[in-house]
Amino acid sequence: MTDKDRSHDLSQPLERLHPDERLKFESDYLRGTIVDSLADPITGAISERDNQLTKFHGIYQQDDRDLRSERRRQKLEPAYQFMVRVRLPGGLCRPDQWLALDRLARDCANGTLRITTRQTFQFHGVLKRDLKKLMQGISTAGLDTRAACGDDTRGVVCTVNPWQSRIHAEVESLAKALSDHMAWRSPAYDEIWLDQEPGTSDENEIVEPIYGRTYLPRKFKYGFAVPPINDIDVYTQDVGFIAIADGDELAGFNVCTGGGMGRTDNEPQTYPQLGRVVGFCRTDQVIDVAEKIATVQRDYGDRVDRKHARMKYTIDDRGLDWFKRELEQRLGRSLEPARDYRFEHNGDRYGWFEGDDGNWHYTLFIENGRIQDRDNHPLMSGLRAIAGEHEGDYLLTTNQNLTIANVTPEMRERIEKLLHEYALRDPAHYSALRRSSIACVAFPTCGLAMAESERYLPDLITKLETVMEEAGIGDDAIIVRMSGCNNGCSRPYVAEIGFSGRGPGKYNVYLGGGYHGQRLNKLYLENVDEATILEHLEPMIRRYAKERQAGEPFGDFVIRGGYVAGVHDGREFND
Amino acid sequence: MQANSLQEWNSPLTAEQTELLERLAADLSPEQARWAAGYLAGVHGALAASDRPQAATATAAPVTILYGSETGNAEGLAELACQRAEARGLSARVIDMADYKPRELRNERLILIITATHGEGDPPDPAEDFYRFVHGRKAPKLEGAKFAVLALGDSSYEHYCQTGRDFDARLEGLGAQRLIERVDCDVNFEDTAGEWIDRALDAFAEHADAARGDNVVAFGAPSNRPAPTYDRKNPLAAEVLDNTPLTGRGSDKETRHIELSIAESGLAFEPGDVLCLIPKNRPETVLDLTAALGLDASETVVIRNRELALGQALRDECEITLVAPPFVQAYAPLTGSGELAALAGEDRRKELMAYARSRQVLDVVLDYPPQSIDAQAFVDALRPLQPREYSIASSYNANPDEVHLTVAVVRGETEHGYREGAASGFLAGRVQPGDTVPVYVRRNKNFKLPADPDAPVIMVGPGTGVAPFRAFLEEREEAAAGGRNWLFFGERRFRTDFLYQIEWQRWLKDGVLTRMDVAFSRDGKHKVYVQDRMRERSRELYEWLEQGAYFYVCGDAERMAPDVHQTLIDIVREEGGHSDEQAAEYVKQLQRDKRYQRDVY
Ligand code: SRM
Ligand SMILES: Cc1cc2nc3c(=O)[nH]c(=O)nc-3n(C[C@H](O)[C@H](O)[C@H](O)COP(=O)(O)OP(=O)(O)OC[C@H]3O[C@@H](n4cnc5c(N)ncnc54)[C@H](O)[C@@H]3O)c2cc1C
Ligand SMILES: Cc1cc2nc3c(=O)[nH]c(=O)nc-3n(C[C@H](O)[C@H](O)[C@H](O)COP(=O)(O)O)c2cc1C
Ligand code: SF4
Repeated sequence: MTDKDRSHDLSQPLERLHPDERLKFESDYLRGTIVDSLADPITGAISERDNQLTKFHGIYQQDDRDLRSERRRQKLEPAYQFMVRVRLPGGLCRPDQWLALDRLARDCANGTLRITTRQTFQFHGVLKRDLKKLMQGISTAGLDTRAACGDDTRGVVCTVNPWQSRIHAEVESLAKALSDHMAWRSPAYDEIWLDQEPGTSDENEIVEPIYGRTYLPRKFKYGFAVPPINDIDVYTQDVGFIAIADGDELAGFNVCTGGGMGRTDNEPQTYPQLGRVVGFCRTDQVIDVAEKIATVQRDYGDRVDRKHARMKYTIDDRGLDWFKRELEQRLGRSLEPARDYRFEHNGDRYGWFEGDDGNWHYTLFIENGRIQDRDNHPLMSGLRAIAGEHEGDYLLTTNQNLTIANVTPEMRERIEKLLHEYALRDPAHYSALRRSSIACVAFPTCGLAMAESERYLPDLITKLETVMEEAGIGDDAIIVRMSGCNNGCSRPYVAEIGFSGRGPGKYNVYLGGGYHGQRLNKLYLENVDEATILEHLEPMIRRYAKERQAGEPFGDFVIRGGYVAGVHDGREFND
Repeated sequence: MQANSLQEWNSPLTAEQTELLERLAADLSPEQARWAAGYLAGVHGALAASDRPQAATATAAPVTILYGSETGNAEGLAELACQRAEARGLSARVIDMADYKPRELRNERLILIITATHGEGDPPDPAEDFYRFVHGRKAPKLEGAKFAVLALGDSSYEHYCQTGRDFDARLEGLGAQRLIERVDCDVNFEDTAGEWIDRALDAFAEHADAARGDNVVAFGAPSNRPAPTYDRKNPLAAEVLDNTPLTGRGSDKETRHIELSIAESGLAFEPGDVLCLIPKNRPETVLDLTAALGLDASETVVIRNRELALGQALRDECEITLVAPPFVQAYAPLTGSGELAALAGEDRRKELMAYARSRQVLDVVLDYPPQSIDAQAFVDALRPLQPREYSIASSYNANPDEVHLTVAVVRGETEHGYREGAASGFLAGRVQPGDTVPVYVRRNKNFKLPADPDAPVIMVGPGTGVAPFRAFLEEREEAAAGGRNWLFFGERRFRTDFLYQIEWQRWLKDGVLTRMDVAFSRDGKHKVYVQDRMRERSRELYEWLEQGAYFYVCGDAERMAPDVHQTLIDIVREEGGHSDEQAAEYVKQLQRDKRYQRDVY
């Protein structure tokens, strides 16, 4: 495809585009028939069309897949339920909001909260009849779920490093400002969920100044990274901003674009890709640059083939130069040359850290982001108790963890006491391997899951821990990420060891991702079970323990060791 | 019915034959008539064909393209196959296995299956039911049918194209003839599949005309034995085909769907009829009872001049769950308990009833142990075991080989321990598919669909009361009746207790069910019941009545039926602007006109 080829984009009449484009166009700015669907008493589901639209409202229809075939035999429809995702730019929230969400999770959902890889909360198992109550509760807490899903700007992520308090605060607020700027604006949200009277919509009023009636071709993701930490995996974002400090002042950002993870098995024309740095912009230009990049994608993105509709393909098909030209034209100026920066890792720093403003911050490891009470580990209750006393903030991390931020020196002891009281485990309690692992949700809620992930990775890690200990490197980290399908919600394709589900108990294994997210990994084993996985990883890890060079991460070693080739451009991923 | 249907067939018979047949038809019971029709069908297929339009209208047999697909590949190929078939003038229809009515399978002549494999060699989710049906005991013989299977899969999986292989083998096993060899397509299936489809269609084209007409044999006309009549003395031993819970996990009830085979039995019934079932009592309860009585289960007793062991008598012949006042009266003297004797007295009838209802015979014996009792005296005190009645939940015309029941299991604790209902406990716990149960039909003249297929029908059936209405809808669907149908259903919880939910949803989608209102009493803060839903819809409901609608109520006699009755009167009064008397009279008239019928228990 060349930059001349407009056969797949917005310039085409609706009937030439993917049906979803007509759906969006005819939805009357995301209203559809959601209200009627909610009222239908014969099913716990909503209509197929509304199902597409509610995503824009942060709501996914799902069903309990553990019960599917059992219920079919019982002549009952699937156990329909909904996942609701909060919009939480930069993962920042207040204790009172924590308490509100905690209560909603127990009143309207399945009694758990889920911290996601884009540092927000998800509710699972919400029944149709409780949806509105939940949405209103979220609103009362001063939050919303706008654009948490759908073909629009998803949650804007931001590095969690409050100990660099000045820069962090500045970048945080920028993430919030960008999210607020890019979130869709149709009154549909307030009308449907907050019972607001439909305002008299005047024909030539502009409802969506940035998007128009058909929004974006596909999801669109922004992220802000603050070196040396690349916790957000800036290269996997559609648009990433890399903070450039000048002393302890924020000078501006390198702009990095065209990254993404999503791929489809057996479709080599799909691949994960790393974003590329195209230049530098000043802080006050960020929002403009971000918006203009989105409009390039809006106008040129593929609206025929949804598997080819992400920014990364728009850029790869037409070339980076074309993209820069197009962008700078829209900006009316050119970007400055990119500045130097250095990333060290993409994990979280656990435990207590003092910020440069004298406040303290405590990062807890939360396995796969699932907040719930388990016997002898009352995590949810403990965090509720802390929220009752904590006066600072909470920061959710993109590694599915939680930072209790801005604890004054006076309060620190109190918080420590509660941590102890509720036996909230010190991160040191977990192996470095486990602490640097991520699993996506997958079964039983995810409709696309082909294999277990959140419910299985912990067991696999336990087995790998033994291997690591026996190899004498029990204290070292290897970045392991598992996704229940090829979509890559845990960003597995930049992991040192990545897994993607193929079918029950079967996974693809990828090796060689970069320790700070700078390199993709490569397929090593296809569609194999646990036994085969361990059979191959054991000797590899043992050899790594023996032969690694000083400070050589596992991801680098497997390439030097000849297991896989290093992949620096997604277009080589499937070679 | 038989007489005028002769005209419908614009009869080829001679005057004599017509007269003979009409005289015979006149005094046949529906059951006999149906058997006779079947009998004649056996002799001359054409007759049977006439009450089965899809057979009568068969010219060249159509190709039925069934697909099992989860991510759309097999579906796409099925569509393609259908287009190509039509392009070459074959009549073809393409159906998702999920939407296919299994009972149609017996009538298929040309079957093209395109299916993927998912899970670990499992059928695609939507195909699961059909897969289970075809591989299960209910699958029909398919002699005379021809088939071909295209399998989609991914060779990187252990069980490559397993589902396709399974169908391929099973269809042959059922007697169908394979027209061309199956091919297994890997992930890049387009070319292989396209090429195979063409070859398959060639083969089908050759057989399309050959297959004409031979449809009728597929109906398996009843054998020419004279129609047996089944009753309490001579019940039919019906094989259990299916016995599964309808209530989902987390329900505090257990209601089961039970399918019995009546194939080749000549047993026939109409919607609204009731199946009588003769249970066996729970062995544990029998043991506890003999123990409590201090009797030996092997001791012989005489029942209706038959000698048998006490244990067997209590299990098969005597009522030991339901406590009837006469039993208490007969048993009291054997205990020498003045208290029980007093309770059994005529003057304390109400108390006695209350006492009996909350206990089973074993509980009475444990409350008032006999001093010393003789086995014969005890069994003489008991009532003979009564058959239990169940509203038939399926339509004979839609499904002539089966009877379906909807059974709520009666169980719980008394102060002496765990108890369960004789029949519902028997069905829930002691019969598996393959076992047989003794049954016979009780006609129910007072609970029948309107003769006029275009008359609107309103059905109120909370809980198991919904059973006969499933039969009503199957019947009206099968007869393509034009009348509107409105169902009120109620239970405790939407998520677990919505009996037959997916069937009502399909009927609503197909328009067979015009509207449905549901009341789930335990989902919200305040309880709602069917009568509350009726009130909310009072205007429409009255309009339907004014338009000649028939009003049916089935289920709980104690609370539901009276409440619904009163609500009906209220609605007539308010919407019709009538006085109380007028409204009551309006409803009475409905009953006289048989436009208000009840089957409550
Ligand atoms: C919750 C979360 C995983 C987790 O364990 O945290 C998640 C969960 C789901 N993702 Fe994701 N994705 C999540 C981060 C990601 C990421 C990682 C990231 O953004 O940093 C990716 C890879 C980056 C990318 O976008 O390429 C990701 C790529 C996808 C894709 C593939 C998109 C593509 O371009 O192919 C899908 C499928 C789709 O969109 O068609 C998907 C779809 C889904 C859905 C909604 C399944 C669906 O569409 O029905 C999953 C809901 C499961 C459930 O039951 O909760 N999710 N998803 C993450 C929520 C992030 C958030 O708060 O917004
Ligand atoms: C016309 C008609 C249609 C019917 N249709 C249906 C239908 O479609 N579906 C359906 O499910 N039923 C239907 N019934 C009811 C059915 O016939 C049975 O009455 C019902 O299944 C209970 O029978 P059982 O043998 O299981 O229990 P029984 O043995 O008859 O009753 C058990 C007895 O034990 C007593 N008891 C006291 N304490 C306990 C305790 N703790 N636990 C258990 N029992 C206790 C109960 O009060 C009860 O009297 C219908 C009835 C009629 C008349
Ligand atoms: C979760 C999953 C499990 C699968 N398991 C098998 C399998 O066990 N055997 C096989 O041959 N193919 C298997 N496949 C491959 C599919 O059969 C193949 O992709 C087929 O083209 C899908 O067709 P459909 O789109 O009609 O569902 C599996 C596919 C998925 C997504
Ligand atoms: S990676 Fe796949 S299985 Fe996991 S959450 Fe995302 S879509 Fe679901």
